[in-house]
Amino acid sequence: MESRKKPLSDEDFIKSLEGVYHIQGRDFVDAGIVSSEVKKSLQGKGIPESIIRRVAVITFEAEINIISYAQQGTIQLFIEPDAVIIEANDIGPGIADIDLALQEGYSTADDSIRELGFGAGMGLNNIKKFSDVFELTSDVGQGTHLKSIVKLSG
Amino acid sequence: MKLSEIRDLLDARVIVGEDKLDIEITTAFGADLMSDVLSFARSGCLLITGLSNPQAVRTAYALDIAAILVCRGKSLTSKFIETASELGIPILWTKFIMFESCGRLYQEGLTGCIRKTDGIEEKTLVR
Amino acid sequence: MNLETLAEALGLKCKCCWEKLKTTEVKGGYAGDLLSDVMANSNAGDIWVTRQVHQNIVAVASLKGHAGIVIVQGASPDKDTLDRAGREGIPIMVTDMSKFEVVGKIYQLLSEA
Repeated sequence: MESRKKPLSDEDFIKSLEGVYHIQGRDFVDAGIVSSEVKKSLQGKGIPESIIRRVAVITFEAEINIISYAQQGTIQLFIEPDAVIIEANDIGPGIADIDLALQEGYSTADDSIRELGFGAGMGLNNIKKFSDVFELTSDVGQGTHLKSIVKLSG
Repeated sequence: MKLSEIRDLLDARVIVGEDKLDIEITTAFGADLMSDVLSFARSGCLLITGLSNPQAVRTAYALDIAAILVCRGKSLTSKFIETASELGIPILWTKFIMFESCGRLYQEGLTGCIRKTDGIEEKTLVR
Repeated sequence: MNLETLAEALGLKCKCCWEKLKTTEVKGGYAGDLLSDVMANSNAGDIWVTRQVHQNIVAVASLKGHAGIVIVQGASPDKDTLDRAGREGIPIMVTDMSKFEVVGKIYQLLSEA
């Protein structure tokens, strides 16, 4: 994906931005609603159902992560000619050891998260599994940045 | 198997989706971990779970899961029912535990759905 | 039915306490991933089928007197989990099958027995 190597111009950014969703940390009541909204907004655009499912899963896990661990965050959804891009940015504690966080089964979740059926240490792996390109960076004490690309041809 | 047959097999109550009892279901997935569902369940399956929160419904919606069977008589909140109605996910409710529910449905011919080898491979990790 | 017969019939791989399989009787089954639910509702002698791999599953199985734990979908238990299971004498078995399928098969075996 050559075009992704340089930053988008403002004009391209606005053109491909499909939605911005704000998420409040620790607000579990509506957890998952962004995923449902993202799914709805992708329907009827000629995007294959299997791609929409992957994006919905990625968004769901990213949303749960922000609610579970951060103070607040956003999920941005971009539709480009050849891919759907999900970017999740949060303000929060960040991830000190990304390798450890990606280890299946590793989790720092508390009971409120586990009661929802999350927090078993599978979320980041799921995001990685369903992404064609997966980028995860973090500034400890500041926040976490996730970018996931799902190619339309994939 | 029709959703109505699943209802009968498990003495289940239809909480949402009286109008969808004719849909055909051939596969099922049993889990209480939503990440497990998000990772492995397939579209069109029956989700058998002991969770009755809106997140279970939204998980089903994300994956185009055909219906949810809430087992072990788990109490239902109005928020759960509202979310299911809004997203059009049929809900059955049974007092049988997950083990019994899966066992009966398996004996009647439902198969498991697992998507371990559907071509989604390890992808690049850039940091 | 003893656990060894069941494990052999289903092709389960035993990761811990294989020496107990022959003498452990399976009286019933329980499926679930929420530890609080399993604590509240499962019975002694149950074989517990779960996707959880955390070492707390051993504590639950031990307290409830489960016959053993089956971990599904190719998930592998942590080293801590296996160490603890060894100490407490709880057989742990793994399978690539999904929970639905392995429960279906165990249910069938138990109802034929």
